[in-house]
Amino acid sequence: MPDQLLFAMEVTLNGLMAGVLYALVALGFVLIFKASGIFNYAQGVMALFAALTLVGIMEGQVPFAHLINAIFGTEIHHFGWHVPALLAIILTMVVMVALAWAVQRFIFRHLVNQEPILLFMATIGLAFVLEGVGDIMWGADIKKLDVGLPQGINEWIDITTFEAFGYGFFIDNLDISATIVAMILVAALIAFSQYTKQGRALRAVADDHQAALSVGISLNFIWILVWSIAGFVALVAGIMWGAKSGVQFSLSLIALKALPVLMLGGFTSIPGAIVGGLIIGVGEKLFEFLIGPMVGGATENWFAYVLALLFLVFRPQGLFGEKIIERV
Amino acid sequence: MFYREAGDFSTTYSQDSQTFPIKFDRYRYYVVLAIAFGVIPFLINDYWANAVFVPFLIYAIAAIGLNILTGYCGQVSLGTGGFMAVGAYSCYKLMTGFPEISIVIHVILSGGITAAVVTLFGLPSLRIKGFYLAVATLAAQFFLVWLFNKVSWFYNYSASGQISAPERSVFGIIVTGPNTEAWAKYLICLVFVTLCAIIARNLTRGSMGRKWMAIRDMDIAAEIIGVNPMAAKLTAFMVSGFFVGIAGALFFAVYLGAAEVGESFGIDKSFLVLFMIIIGGLGSIFGSFAGAAFMVLLPVFLKNVFVGGLGWPTDLAAHLQFIVSGSLIIMFLIMEPHGLAQLWRLAKEKLRLWPFPH
Repeated sequence: MPDQLLFAMEVTLNGLMAGVLYALVALGFVLIFKASGIFNYAQGVMALFAALTLVGIMEGQVPFAHLINAIFGTEIHHFGWHVPALLAIILTMVVMVALAWAVQRFIFRHLVNQEPILLFMATIGLAFVLEGVGDIMWGADIKKLDVGLPQGINEWIDITTFEAFGYGFFIDNLDISATIVAMILVAALIAFSQYTKQGRALRAVADDHQAALSVGISLNFIWILVWSIAGFVALVAGIMWGAKSGVQFSLSLIALKALPVLMLGGFTSIPGAIVGGLIIGVGEKLFEFLIGPMVGGATENWFAYVLALLFLVFRPQGLFGEKIIERV
Repeated sequence: MFYREAGDFSTTYSQDSQTFPIKFDRYRYYVVLAIAFGVIPFLINDYWANAVFVPFLIYAIAAIGLNILTGYCGQVSLGTGGFMAVGAYSCYKLMTGFPEISIVIHVILSGGITAAVVTLFGLPSLRIKGFYLAVATLAAQFFLVWLFNKVSWFYNYSASGQISAPERSVFGIIVTGPNTEAWAKYLICLVFVTLCAIIARNLTRGSMGRKWMAIRDMDIAAEIIGVNPMAAKLTAFMVSGFFVGIAGALFFAVYLGAAEVGESFGIDKSFLVLFMIIIGGLGSIFGSFAGAAFMVLLPVFLKNVFVGGLGWPTDLAAHLQFIVSGSLIIMFLIMEPHGLAQLWRLAKEKLRLWPFPH
């Protein structure tokens, strides 16, 4: 096989893996959007915040150390212990549930029945607050996140492909585990929404708020639940991205890429989020590989958005979204 | 009592629809203009010009531009930073390509070029709405920043990838470049702001502005009563682009002097200007000014309090600024979705009756 084709295949595979990560963030968006009609811009920052909190707890950092030191003139940084990864993940989840409660109690409870675009702007405000809080709590420096996931080149794929084509593919173990985790997560979410009481209530709310209210489902509880689930998805995405490129501010920008994913897949469809993620992942990697060198590279910054934009002009509801019907 | 409107009787339609129908407002407006043109230029120094007045005036133009698009026509845009970059880079290319032509004409032309680019990116608005469109404008933001970074023709093949404003003068007074006096910077921005605000105000109260507002309130209903949605949306994008382009050109040429696109016109600029119009008041020219003043003064204030007053490290103050501006956005959206402009209106209502509210 010609080299170019082999390279392209490798790029495609890597694109699929990156796409899974985009899909992970996009999932969080879809969940919140379906249940509450809120387009949660802060999802990316939530992933960053979750990852920061996880690292902070694992390393035994003192929260708000910087602030405390500035006010009281003390010199504290660490408690001096290390928390095992699993416990730290559970503790972070507790923080994310508390965050979900706070978001619901202090922000969106006061904005019920407002226009969607207003809610969207409120989530932009939330993103700023979370970013600031995350930085003040845990410090703004780049952190390494290691929860014991396998990293580095996958030897088996390398050797197998080398024997088959005479060229070994480079696939990161981390990407493979991300894919597996994402699949488990999606299966778990589907099982949750099909077979549990809360899951069914969630789907009822997503279908029709008022009908759900009239059969006795507490909207308040469901919204806290859905923000918690979104927080959990954000945590998983944060762990994956954090292990890949370090926990830093750019994490929230990478997560912005989930927006074009959503536009491709449709705002209301979970399969759409996954397919959209894969299309964007493969598309931008292939574009960078084929066209990138001709125009100076770094096309990954904008390709996803422009693709989504062009796509929207022809199919405004996305691939799997519900048809937009407007009533006067 | 303080706010007098007695003795104002409109007898013609043109009197009734003027910008300041109340004499008191009109005089106050003249007084503000007189102070801005006649007093401040003599008192201003470098610190006040660079930290407060020049960014305030330039952001006010950008906020007016975005307010026309978002506040009046209801099309949310997250691409303001990228559009300002278009203004800045076209101004740079014009300044270096035609050095003999006045900078004022260059700034206006860059506004025109930006208007064309923004209209192009506004085309999808005919098909998509709401936050779909908001995400689509993100495409403009990232694409434009990438374009100005990668295509070296835009920065005249300079090694650093930066653009820097050459020295230009208006009526013999230097207004760009490192040797500019503080008052000259201030005055040229003030002239542009005043003209832009007058144009914007008159556009928004005329038939064009009413069409925009009809589209904003309900586009289908607007179409039924005979507003052409395509023309209305695209003119909103065009006019908005013109103002944002002028703001971008002034931001680069007068305020920064030298700029690098990713740093000066990144997505944080888009959010900053969006925050200005939310806090200031959507759909209000006065609100654009109030919001710009607020968002320019907030970091200065926080820095003075926390760094100057309490002696905290600067990065802590920067993080606090994130929290404060984010919470302010949420607070305003919850408590006063019409922003500072609405507070101002309420204050006027109160002053009208004071001190006998019944």
